[in-house]
Amino acid sequence: MNGFQIVVCGSLVPDPLQTLEPVTTPQGPGLKNETMLPSVLDPWSAHALYEAANLAKQASGSKVYLVSLGPKAKLQQLMMTVAQKVPFELVALDGSASGFTDAHGVAAALADAIAAIPGLDKSRLLVFGGCASASRDAGVTMQIVCERLGIRDFFAGVDEIQVAEDGSFSVLERIEGGEYLASTCKGAPAVLAWATGNLPEPPNNPQVGMANMRGVMPSLMKAKPTPAGVGGIAYETTEIPPQKRQTRIVKDASTDEIAKEIVEWINN
Amino acid sequence: MSKTLALLHTQADGSLPKAALETLTAAASLGQPFDVAILGAGASAAADTVQGCGAAAFHTVDDPAVAQPRYATDAAAAAALIQTSGAELVLAPGTSRFARSLPGAAHRVGAQIDTHIVALSAEGGAVRAQRWFYRQRILGAFSRAARPWLLLLDTGVFAPWQGAAGSAGAQAVSVAFPDDDRRTAVTGVQKPAADAQTIRPDAKLLFVAGAGWTKKQKDGQFHIGEAGALILDFLGKAQASLGSSKSLVDIQGDGQETLTFMSHMNQVGQTGSTPRHPKGIATCCHGEEPHAVGWRFINERRAVNLDPNCGWAQGKADVLYVADAFEVMAKVNALL
Repeated sequence: MNGFQIVVCGSLVPDPLQTLEPVTTPQGPGLKNETMLPSVLDPWSAHALYEAANLAKQASGSKVYLVSLGPKAKLQQLMMTVAQKVPFELVALDGSASGFTDAHGVAAALADAIAAIPGLDKSRLLVFGGCASASRDAGVTMQIVCERLGIRDFFAGVDEIQVAEDGSFSVLERIEGGEYLASTCKGAPAVLAWATGNLPEPPNNPQVGMANMRGVMPSLMKAKPTPAGVGGIAYETTEIPPQKRQTRIVKDASTDEIAKEIVEWINN
Repeated sequence: MSKTLALLHTQADGSLPKAALETLTAAASLGQPFDVAILGAGASAAADTVQGCGAAAFHTVDDPAVAQPRYATDAAAAAALIQTSGAELVLAPGTSRFARSLPGAAHRVGAQIDTHIVALSAEGGAVRAQRWFYRQRILGAFSRAARPWLLLLDTGVFAPWQGAAGSAGAQAVSVAFPDDDRRTAVTGVQKPAADAQTIRPDAKLLFVAGAGWTKKQKDGQFHIGEAGALILDFLGKAQASLGSSKSLVDIQGDGQETLTFMSHMNQVGQTGSTPRHPKGIATCCHGEEPHAVGWRFINERRAVNLDPNCGWAQGKADVLYVADAFEVMAKVNALL
């Protein structure tokens, strides 16, 4: 085996600590001050990227690509941190990363971008991504990418991949009740939508960052404008329903009193 | 009025999961005729168990190829069932099996698909759905003109259908599965040991442990072993499901000593799960927004934290006990 071509699909999402407020724009629903919100690499995609880099390290001759659809300027900002994590080649697509875009259009754009990677060899291709995004949270994009690329094997909520010497691999997928579905696959090509995996976030490595950035800037320069919009979705409302509760703060009660109250509440 | 299909699957034992019965309730709630299609081992017998649901017709695929929850064969079977029924609107349970395979099936039949549906209505033939965006932060109501339209329903939204069994007279749909669809083989299900099973989706109570359990306590020492014992004792006595904040499971990933029974599977919040339980109690957890969004479907919420200004105090919990969780949980366990 000559290693894998591992293509990771992942884009940016608002930093989870930011307050999000929906607004209506001429293009459909959006977020207030969306262009100003600090962004991070989508968490599940980030796990997919770290797992890809780890797998590439184990299978010599492998290469990792990151295909990312988002506003070019924000992608550039994001790469300042992400590029320091693991080695990859960026394939940038310039378009909306809004959670209100239609997954079908996004998947089509991603699949086209993957298919256009020079020297793509499907017999060595593993496509990674998050099992869902922290923005749209649809969990359908990677399956549609899979179908559009004509790949027959797809795994969702992946936490582990183990590759054998002959290129076949075993996968653990999250299912209900904290259990795993264990499968084996004859080998590439396959699409894996990752949950968290088992790897911690790699520390920043300035040398990796410098090497990556040599490819990142040209990729951003030639990022293809990609009209990812709301597609066939007709939004009627987008709102933050009132969630605030009247919290009763119990400060001066004894441990016994608190425990008794909790047990009564549990048993009611 | 759209021709509607309730698309279901069986479990390994041939029965229908609760989420499938919830989908039947959703289909009936639209007030328009619907068919039922079932794939998986024992699909025909499963159709008989829901014969009284009001479906006009039943279609099944119970080929051995769909005995395993495998993407390629499930997508092919689901696509065949949708095409056979001629349905314009397809409702399906948002189980892991269908969340994996139905987006592919939708693509194969030229359909659009939306997931995590939490509300559904049909007025004058127009179907309207609701789902959350940005991980339970923004609720959107929407529709699509395109047909077929597949909707995966979140579990716990609709009541499970209950009714009479009978002879459904299900029509078996034949599907040709090419060898390429069998490149993947399911080898089994890995379950935690019975005494280590901490995730209980049907539990009445969610117990969330935050990173505070693994910090130095007021005597300046770590008490991780004691924390683990208290938590496991409580889970056993209350039959609660265990959740965690991201910071706690990340500690384990970083190689620090932490609660050995905790994994990313327990994580609740923006990058974890959004479980549905009637009640939830958070301990040693600050209730930051990325974690609290995972509590969207927890009805009654209480928290135990030493910080009276933590996130739970900001309208995220019904009651916040400002107290030492070690002491409180020891007493709670004694009372239970």
